[in-house]
Amino acid sequence: MSGFFKSSIGRKVAMALSAFFLMFFLIIHLTVNITSLFSEDLFNELSHFMGTNPLVQIGLQPVLIAGVVFHFVMGFVLELKNRKAIGVKYVQNNGAANSTWVSRNMILSGVVILAFIMLHFIDFWIPEINTKYILGDMSGMHDGGLRYYHELVEKFHNPIRVVAYVIAFVLLGLHLAHGFTSAFQSMGISAGRKQTMQKIGKAYAIIIPLGFIIIAIFHHFNH
Amino acid sequence: MNLTLRIWRQKDSSAKGQMVDYKVNDISEHMSFLEMMDVLNEQLVNSGEEPVAFDHDCREGICGMCSLYINGEAHGPDRGVTTCQLHMRMFNDGDTITIEPWRAAAFPVIKDLVVDRTSFERIQHAGGYISVNTSGNTQDANAIPISKHAADEAMDAATCIGCGACVATCKNSSAMLFVGAKVSQYALLPQGQVEAADRVKNMVAQMDLEGFGNCTNTGACEIECPKGISLDNIARMNRELIKAALK
Repeated sequence: MSGFFKSSIGRKVAMALSAFFLMFFLIIHLTVNITSLFSEDLFNELSHFMGTNPLVQIGLQPVLIAGVVFHFVMGFVLELKNRKAIGVKYVQNNGAANSTWVSRNMILSGVVILAFIMLHFIDFWIPEINTKYILGDMSGMHDGGLRYYHELVEKFHNPIRVVAYVIAFVLLGLHLAHGFTSAFQSMGISAGRKQTMQKIGKAYAIIIPLGFIIIAIFHHFNH
Repeated sequence: MNLTLRIWRQKDSSAKGQMVDYKVNDISEHMSFLEMMDVLNEQLVNSGEEPVAFDHDCREGICGMCSLYINGEAHGPDRGVTTCQLHMRMFNDGDTITIEPWRAAAFPVIKDLVVDRTSFERIQHAGGYISVNTSGNTQDANAIPISKHAADEAMDAATCIGCGACVATCKNSSAMLFVGAKVSQYALLPQGQVEAADRVKNMVAQMDLEGFGNCTNTGACEIECPKGISLDNIARMNRELIKAALK
């Protein structure tokens, strides 16, 4: 098996497996966040559970971070290897004649998403870790109630944050528009089922980012 | 029609090449692209210049020898054809046509537009065959029943002529469409099952050794392939390798 993951296809499979994991995580993340559109209490409850449950915090959180890091590192490793494989560049190359811009520029959309995740870490994750594990406040309380919904509303009050959010999620949509079907193809699943996979992939690539964008815009204009 | 040709000239594998412009006049729209190249070379020979080296053999679209990256596309702007089957009617009078060799680290230029594609042969030698006793007691091929669907799909994969357009057009210089086709044509047939695991492992290992890039599923190869080899063959190869690794 170790030989498998050293092969070009093995690395693509590893890339696809981490992508499946991250795509599954996006569904969970969106499901939690979308509740903020209609129920302050439900959003608070779910956020508190995710933020304090030991299984999520100690079990799943490190796996998620490892998954994100792996996907990016492997993405860069494969990109460098592929650049080496090209050798001399064409004087004229008409890539648009046979492939989409998105599929040829996954590294670009990936870098923008990486930048967003870093910002998200600084903006959300580090303060959370600080509150919970350094200051030791696991209560999730503020002013007599759970603090999460209030913090979310506060964050989306800032138009710069909303714009950055929208840009990042448009790029995520583009990344997923190719990445979803690509992951299945790498796993060898799409043979013979390509059109169905492409339809599901397109739906996923639109619904997930659009959901996050709607949440940001909704809270920006509604409070 | 009168044309300007912007062609990659490179004396030998170690020389530094460059694009050189040539004029060709009175080209018939019924000519094939290679016939147009013949006209240019005749012109160059008559004026005492070195003709442009390019690969070609059958000129019927089946041998896989001709190549050429024309106006930024493998085998030019037409679909489902090799360069020898590309006709000058695809171009307009007064056009400037850019002609480059296949570009990939694993396809080094030998001279001008000729590249070394023996890496493909080494991949084939690594496993692109079935071991059959040919000493006189060969089994009748029809004795093994094969479904029409499997036979058709295997035949579609086997139509790969190994020209290398997939590598040339790939943004990563990946050879996975070629190797996928060669793995698939046996993976789909009962005769290919005995050596299936070793075949895919060895062919992929050789492909990696030759320095081809990784497939990122852009699908460009499938579009530019003169034989219309499907991306499904890459998925099948991936599946075969996963199967072999789990064995």
